[in-house]
Amino acid sequence: MRNSFITTLMAQAAQDERIFLLCGDLGYSVLEPFAEAYPDRFINVGIAEQNMVGLATGLSMEGYTVFCYSIGNFPTLRAMEQIRYDVAYHEANVKIIAVGGGYAYGPLSTSHHTTEELGMLRTIPGMVVTAPGDPAEVDAMTAFIAQHKGPCYMRLNKAGEARLHPQPPALKLGDIVPVRVADAGATAAVFATGDMVGYAARYLAQHAPHIDLYSFPFVNPIDRAQLAALAARYRHVATLEEHQANGGFGSAVLERLHDLLSDGALAALPAIQRIAIPNAFISSAGSQDFLREKMGLQLDGWHASLS
Amino acid sequence: MTDTTIDLARRIRLQCLHMCHTKRASHLGGAFSVADVLAVLYGGLLTADPSQPRAPQRDRVFYSKGHACTALYATLAETGYYDKSALDTFTDNGSYFTSHVNHKVPGVELSTGSLGHALSVAAGVALAGKRRQAAWHTYAIVSDGELDEGSNWEAILFAPHHRLDNLTLIVDYNKIQSFGSTAEVLNLDPLAGKFKAFNWETIEVDGHDHAALAAALSKEGRSGKPRVVIAHTVKGKGVSFMEHQLAWHYKSPDAAQFAAARAELLQEDQA
Repeated sequence: MRNSFITTLMAQAAQDERIFLLCGDLGYSVLEPFAEAYPDRFINVGIAEQNMVGLATGLSMEGYTVFCYSIGNFPTLRAMEQIRYDVAYHEANVKIIAVGGGYAYGPLSTSHHTTEELGMLRTIPGMVVTAPGDPAEVDAMTAFIAQHKGPCYMRLNKAGEARLHPQPPALKLGDIVPVRVADAGATAAVFATGDMVGYAARYLAQHAPHIDLYSFPFVNPIDRAQLAALAARYRHVATLEEHQANGGFGSAVLERLHDLLSDGALAALPAIQRIAIPNAFISSAGSQDFLREKMGLQLDGWHASLS
Repeated sequence: MTDTTIDLARRIRLQCLHMCHTKRASHLGGAFSVADVLAVLYGGLLTADPSQPRAPQRDRVFYSKGHACTALYATLAETGYYDKSALDTFTDNGSYFTSHVNHKVPGVELSTGSLGHALSVAAGVALAGKRRQAAWHTYAIVSDGELDEGSNWEAILFAPHHRLDNLTLIVDYNKIQSFGSTAEVLNLDPLAGKFKAFNWETIEVDGHDHAALAAALSKEGRSGKPRVVIAHTVKGKGVSFMEHQLAWHYKSPDAAQFAAARAELLQEDQA
């Protein structure tokens, strides 16, 4: 995903001279092509994320579209107040990019587990919060946020993810992206975000080809009409995210669905299972797959309950 | 210029006093300590057009002492950014004149109030100015207690590394922060030594001496380094019973204090 990001950002920068890239001393073997091609629009600001986000706000005030790149919690939680007050309140054109979403840097320990940022960021007014599901969605989302005026966040996984779409999907704000939809009659669907989309695609292809899968590259906002249509279509839904259960993607879906119900836009809700990290840290080392399994980020229990 | 800026500073303080009295507002001490800095900047030193507060060629001022908002609001009113009567809405329901600085007010570049934010933003703006070889200058005004915030020191490392000599940082060094003196709470000294060690062009001035401030804040003669002007000031400056008093970080003057303070400010003649 990170390579898709930088490739697309390079293409955007070639045609849009407003694009500026800051990094917090991370991005080795990823950001070098940008730094070499656009030295006037790249700075490694050092290990100083609060300053990075403040600088980005200032640069954006002078017309730049500023991308801030670092790992997981550092450009997000570490600089959360700068994101809220400097970027969002001033509607600054700043894009926060975090690589290593969820347990992507699993063995590096809790410091690098990025498992709360979606929830924190989606409470901030005006923040577009995104977690594309595969490299093709990263391509599309990078282009989208580069041209979308205002604060955005994009969670990336790491590298080597399989492509789920033959072409980058066309994206409008809030779009839900079908990944696999059976020809007819499916009664259950998985709503996933971030790299859990890739996991779900593998699981369903192997074990449950009759269950549909949608990627939610936008955690905030989520298109209301598209969500309502999906909720009316399926009897069973699982939300799937590599994030704490409190306040994350599943919570966002439940909130929106309940709003639709309250507004009368939906007659009933499907049965919804939220699959997320059970509001807990994990102290042991482990690969991304190991940690996901350990924390219950799996579809088999929900899948078994359907039959 | 000095006579007119001294008169401007007096009018700023009178407005601050009036606002804090009528609206039962706080932070008068820090507003008075920075009033002379603002008077010198807005009294003629800045490239500024109050009728076009966002004109591209303007000098940018980032006021990080958001709590001392009355001083900036008064300065902008006294220099024609909006009618002085707008100050009457200060803190009223629905008014943009909030009791920490609000960028919805004409002439205010950045909302502040959470400390340690504005210097980074100012550095970003200065960086953009450098990249585009712009003629305008960027000023950031911080309080002394605010330098406890680590984010400032990230920016203080950044600005000289990137040779931002179009950036001037002004420290309102009134020696008193929210809950005690800076010496007692978290000692900043030697403050000039710290900035020198961080590769800033460092100037210390009496922050109530308009000629000295005007010289220090001049945009001329920059030499590849950002400049810090450490303005040694007096919290509550201009009203004898408020000077050096922590209490005037919080208190709002009652009718008798308002009258006494007003009389002192009207009498005061430093020229």
